[in-house]
Amino acid sequence: MKTKRRNGLSLLSIMPLYLFTIVFVAGPLIYLLVLSFLTRAEVWGVVNKFTLDNYRNILDPIYLKTFAESFKLAILSTSLVVLIGYPFGYFMAKLSAAWKRYMMLLIMIPFWISSLIRLYGWIIIFRANGTLDGILMGIGITSAPLKLLYTYPAVVVGMVYALVPFMIFAVYSSAEKLDWSMVEAARDLGATRWKAFTTVSLKMTLPGLLSGIVLTFIPSMGLFFIADLLGGNKIVLVGNLIQEQLMKAHNWPFAAALSVVLMVLTSLMIFLYRRITNVKELEGLI
Amino acid sequence: MKNRTKLPNVYLGIIIAIMYLPILIVIIYSFNTSRISSIWGGFSLKWYVELFRDQSILEALKNSIVLATLSSLAAAFIGTIAAVGFTRVKLRSSGFVEYLSTLPIMIPEIILGVVFLIYFSLLGLPFGMTTLIIAHTAFCIPYVFMLVKARLAGMDKNLAEAARDLGASGPRAFLDITFPLILPAIASGMLLAFAMSFDDVVISIFVTGVNTNTLPIKIYTQLKTGVTPKINALCTLMFFVTVMLGLLFVFITNITNKRTTTKESSQ
Repeated sequence: MKTKRRNGLSLLSIMPLYLFTIVFVAGPLIYLLVLSFLTRAEVWGVVNKFTLDNYRNILDPIYLKTFAESFKLAILSTSLVVLIGYPFGYFMAKLSAAWKRYMMLLIMIPFWISSLIRLYGWIIIFRANGTLDGILMGIGITSAPLKLLYTYPAVVVGMVYALVPFMIFAVYSSAEKLDWSMVEAARDLGATRWKAFTTVSLKMTLPGLLSGIVLTFIPSMGLFFIADLLGGNKIVLVGNLIQEQLMKAHNWPFAAALSVVLMVLTSLMIFLYRRITNVKELEGLI
Repeated sequence: MKNRTKLPNVYLGIIIAIMYLPILIVIIYSFNTSRISSIWGGFSLKWYVELFRDQSILEALKNSIVLATLSSLAAAFIGTIAAVGFTRVKLRSSGFVEYLSTLPIMIPEIILGVVFLIYFSLLGLPFGMTTLIIAHTAFCIPYVFMLVKARLAGMDKNLAEAARDLGASGPRAFLDITFPLILPAIASGMLLAFAMSFDDVVISIFVTGVNTNTLPIKIYTQLKTGVTPKINALCTLMFFVTVMLGLLFVFITNITNKRTTTKESSQ
């Protein structure tokens, strides 16, 4: 009797999460899938008629190009994030306990600040006759404004800047658990620094590196506002395309199909990541 | 040899400097008299004065605070009691529901925005504060849920059992034993959720109504259409608020870590 009541209370306590998740997470996702197979109405709205046209449309070279562009940018940003973030997380794990804490705080603060504020800072730096031009022209490296704002490099900088903390956290959290005596043992046994790094350290921090890659790659496909604000209208990513189809073209079924494809691609990445590393939780997620 | 050991620290320093560069620039130009942000016209506080005269910005600020408070509170309630409940009952569907409930922070933000926009219009909900709160609660829950769950996993289960053996009722044992122990995790999860909600642009843009602006939406539209230095002043103020929230978060997690005795929590 007593256990029954106890279970009743516990059951009651998980109900809000059950209800919320079913109504506001599962429900919307299922509707997204349904909508992606419906027909767009002539003027406004949706007709309940099954079609595969929305998915067929994605195969249109223009849209395929957008996917390719997004992948290219995501791969480029992720590679740069690895190059910058991996050493940072790795070196950070070697600091003293007190410095680790300061360093963590130093990275957390910009990470917490509105991404818009940070983007705005880059806009001021990159705009014609902005900070960067001022410095470069001041010391005589360039003679005319570079006009970097609304170019591809500006978008890449914005992406890398926004995503590097994810990599740092992920690498740091696995490098922190690294047993440095094993690295030393490898060195004592005659391995060069590089060899010791690749055979011991790199292998042990691989889960962190991989989860960092997943955590960078996924958002980089959807961060439409970075491409929007730093790239002007020149760079169209899947995220921008979805937003445009939804808010401007009002082709909701097509936007839904694009979202489904993007989600399948990202889920595939998470699945592969879990397969490779056998880890359930993404390291350094929170 | 000595240089070799210093080199990593130099690298850490350079990257940190670059991280803070754009923020510093926004702060510096918020004190700039000149209207054009690339020209320095002398120190002034006039943009701060103008900021507090701008009703639409103050309205957006109010909306953002209300939104972040309500969503993080709702998330704290739903997430905490669920995490506690799951330690006692496991249904066959539990694993799946747990997975589903964390999806909002796993999938790209834009998809979450799209999904909510189409779903809310299917349900016929009026776009505005209500839809914003539902959407924000959805991505706030995982932060509280995961942190509290991790904390519970690292906790000594015998404590609550002992209280019950000594005659305490279930709710009593929870309030006296479990709750104080997981409070820091709830608080840090809520703070994180608050910060995420306060900062969100992507999802908010999709689910807000015509007349409801949050601060990030306001900044976003200004950045697209033309910025006045008022935005710099606003960003600077937001920076200091965020730093303060952040320090509070670190303070709370430090307490949590100190209280955790032998078993390490995943946080």
